[in-house]
Amino acid sequence: MVFRRFESARAGEAEEAVTYSTSDDDDEIYDAENKAIDFPGGRVAFTPQIKFISESPDKRIPCYRVLDDDGYPIAGSTYEQVDKETAVKMYKSMVTLQIMDTIFYEAQRQGRISFYLTSMGEEAINIATAAALSFDDIILPQYREPGILLWRGFTLQEFANQCFGTKDDYGKGRQMPIHYGSKQHNFFTISSPIATQLPQAAGVAYSLKMDNKEACVVAFTGDGGTSEGDFHAGMNFAAVMEAPVLFICRNNGWAISTPVSEQFRSDGVVVKGQAYGIRSIRVDGNDTLAVYSAIRAAREMVIREQKPVLVEALTYRVGHHSTSDDSTKYRPLDEIEHWKTARSPLARFRKWVQRNGWWNDEGETELRGSIRKQLLNAIQVAEKTEKPSLEDLFTDVYDNLPLNLHEQEKSLRETIKRHQKDFPSDVPV
Amino acid sequence: MVVPARLWPIFLQRQEEFPVHKHNSPIKKDSTPTKKEPLLHDMDDDDNNTSGHHHSLKASKTIPEDSKGKEAEKAKGEAPSKGSSIAISEEHMKPQVVKEESSKGKGKNSPKESTKAKEDTKMKEEEEDAFTEKDYEDVDDDYDDERMIGHDNDDAFARSPSFRVFFKDSGKDYHNDIGKNDSYKVPSDVDAMSPKSLEQGIRVIASRAFSSTAKEMTVRDALNSALDEEMSADPKVFLMGEEVGEYQGAYKITKGLLDKYGPERVVDTPITEAGFAGIGVGAAYYGLRPVIEFMTFNFSMQAIDHIINSAAKSNYMSAGQISVPIVFRGPNGAAAGVGAQHSQCYAAWFGACPGLKVLVPYSAEDARGLLKAAIRDPDPVVFLENELLYGESFPVSAEVLDSSFCLPIGKAKIEREGKDVTITTFSKMVGYALQAAEILAKEGISAEVINLRSIRPLDRSTINASVRKTNRLVTVEEGFPQHGVGAEIWFSLSLSLSLPGCVLSFYTYVHLWLFSASVVEESFGYLDAPVERISGADVPMPYAANLERLAVPQVDDIVRAVKRACYRSSSLAATA
Repeated sequence: MVFRRFESARAGEAEEAVTYSTSDDDDEIYDAENKAIDFPGGRVAFTPQIKFISESPDKRIPCYRVLDDDGYPIAGSTYEQVDKETAVKMYKSMVTLQIMDTIFYEAQRQGRISFYLTSMGEEAINIATAAALSFDDIILPQYREPGILLWRGFTLQEFANQCFGTKDDYGKGRQMPIHYGSKQHNFFTISSPIATQLPQAAGVAYSLKMDNKEACVVAFTGDGGTSEGDFHAGMNFAAVMEAPVLFICRNNGWAISTPVSEQFRSDGVVVKGQAYGIRSIRVDGNDTLAVYSAIRAAREMVIREQKPVLVEALTYRVGHHSTSDDSTKYRPLDEIEHWKTARSPLARFRKWVQRNGWWNDEGETELRGSIRKQLLNAIQVAEKTEKPSLEDLFTDVYDNLPLNLHEQEKSLRETIKRHQKDFPSDVPV
Repeated sequence: MVVPARLWPIFLQRQEEFPVHKHNSPIKKDSTPTKKEPLLHDMDDDDNNTSGHHHSLKASKTIPEDSKGKEAEKAKGEAPSKGSSIAISEEHMKPQVVKEESSKGKGKNSPKESTKAKEDTKMKEEEEDAFTEKDYEDVDDDYDDERMIGHDNDDAFARSPSFRVFFKDSGKDYHNDIGKNDSYKVPSDVDAMSPKSLEQGIRVIASRAFSSTAKEMTVRDALNSALDEEMSADPKVFLMGEEVGEYQGAYKITKGLLDKYGPERVVDTPITEAGFAGIGVGAAYYGLRPVIEFMTFNFSMQAIDHIINSAAKSNYMSAGQISVPIVFRGPNGAAAGVGAQHSQCYAAWFGACPGLKVLVPYSAEDARGLLKAAIRDPDPVVFLENELLYGESFPVSAEVLDSSFCLPIGKAKIEREGKDVTITTFSKMVGYALQAAEILAKEGISAEVINLRSIRPLDRSTINASVRKTNRLVTVEEGFPQHGVGAEIWFSLSLSLSLPGCVLSFYTYVHLWLFSASVVEESFGYLDAPVERISGADVPMPYAANLERLAVPQVDDIVRAVKRACYRSSSLAATA
């Protein structure tokens, strides 16, 4: 870590400042007589013309995309080649994610689980990112990234266990549905407060640096999360500490009912990177190959240069925010339909994969049928499985069970023994 | 330590004329020993001393001229000792700085001379009932040292409340002169380990036994040494916070650690509590052991989501997959004259949250032992120190000084044994309670003072055992009364196990008694008098010194409450 101690305050010894100005005007004004001024923070050229930086650029930052809407590679596009095996696995995972979302959403509607949150419309971001990262990269998710776990081998049964809160849940039934977490998959347990994972990611990266691994930390957030104070702190800190964090912002246009036009007035999230001294890129989040390439490149930079990088993936939240939301109340139905069908990331990628001869319609129906069956089976098994036992109420509050909890547990067991009819039978004591 | 505004003119004026006695510093002036009363005097004097003449301990003891001269030179040198041992240094000698300051002719003299007589008498009265002389004991010329030595430019500006000087008597030039960069007192370390320390100044807690070979240590040094030892023992321990590095710590707790361990282990952060608390939690998630410093716990509210939702609950919510071995430390509670946003006590807030451990050290021994225990603990710990205790010196045994010394978390300490009434308290109020106990002892009431040391887990068995012995309970705390620690202790005496809808029979009690490791009893039936709860006033802390004094429990409040509990007060109406 570069460490400076008050150096920039000494006049005449300031380091050469990088001139960020790209305007041609400045070159004319700057001449040999007008030396740059020393200030804390470095040397800066000055201009006698009063000029404000515009609040919005003339042109928005362009969006990196590789496949067009019909799945044809755009002429002149540069992207990371994907072999058949990876491409087919990616497509199958996207389909699995979509069906999983549909079926679990239905399960919530039927009252089988209390809550669910879909990633519909963002399957490409989920899966392509997962494919571009390595297994050692540590993920700090927001909550719309179960595809990463799926890619890393989390089974449908394990997803169902968490949603139903059974004794096989790795979370011991302590969290709401969709709050997955798995240490062995390097996926940090999802936490509900928004954007708290961003400064945590900088901390994890600080710790990861000590390990000297070919790995980085990947932190996700949505467009809404960039308004949180933690976003500022996390980005700023990661830049200052030179922490190897890959910040991925899924800009899906909506934060529950708040559209991005009410979330911020900047040109999306990608321009915020420069404000913190972080390299950034904007990518078409519905283009699987573009996301794959962008994340690959970004990850390479993060690990090689040990600096944070920001990737903004533009996409659309096709589903409702969660099962507690009905998005038709604040956005038009035809808009949702348009993004669901015409702009679907699955359809677009499928066209490209099929055109390469790696996939066909029969495979599609077969896959969908089998996934559906697996999911329904998983749900049935989860519903029949026992819930976590009583002792899981009290463990893990602290590292060791403290005396007061020990006593409370004893007391509870006593009460259950004496008033068995008052307690549910499916809670193993 | 903060010198209230009203005392500044006198303080500075007197610097030049009289030595200012501190409990752990020698007399500065080489001139004649003082005849006038010093700024600070023994708390004991307060109660029965109207003339304000000083205690015999304050009889002047001068240090030889030449040593002072040497120290003057040292004082002029670089402030932070590079690579030297953290704990003690003799370089800062206040008198020299005082001399220099006056010689700089900052124009303080003339205005003060004129008002001196007036303020003298006012001072006497105020001194008599000045609520905590201990606070002023540390009113250092150390502050001046730090300013002289490389801190006299604006980049030494600290955000700490004690670095803001508010002058009530404004209009004098010292408003600008002294508070030039508003850098207030920055007490440095003092040689607290020399046998000389005994000769010096005031030992406010008279109950502490003095011997000429007792080692003394300030709380500041205790914390510093604990951090130092834990950092050297475990490379995963690192510090993070505002001003902990280059500035040597807002209260000098982390002095010398940056030089010793480097910037990767002592991280100066931007001003974002939420940010660095979050980063600390993240680092703890992945295996490091951060010690996060909040400049005061009032600022922890900006990070409280990370403390509670990210740290306290993570182990539980992740089902043991994510453990958070983090320590959040910093000063808590009222200082002197810092106003509402710098004076709240957070013991009750954090004590309510499962998943956290909350520790409240009082003495240097507590500070050392509990901080070491906190750093070694695998659970998140909130470590509430007290700004006014930092400079206070306590005797420490050789065992405490050992680097493996560690106190158990969740065990209270009986500071003073007694048989008539139990006083439970923590942090700064322990000192007050001990003073009150002294006063009460003269009136025939033997008070047992329990230093809780740990708010969560609360040592209910010690409290219960003590109440069973004395049959009377007075709880003392600095914080707000509602939902406070005292309220919880009160309830500790009652049925300790209160699961809803759970009626415990005698049979169940027997079960508990037979199977529990330690017996948690119900002691409500042992009370001979209602429990007295003393707490801070239910108002945001006012700034004005007289109001502040009324808003924080004082020794006399404790004395009166104990007498009420012993049915020895004249009437309830007289307790105002």
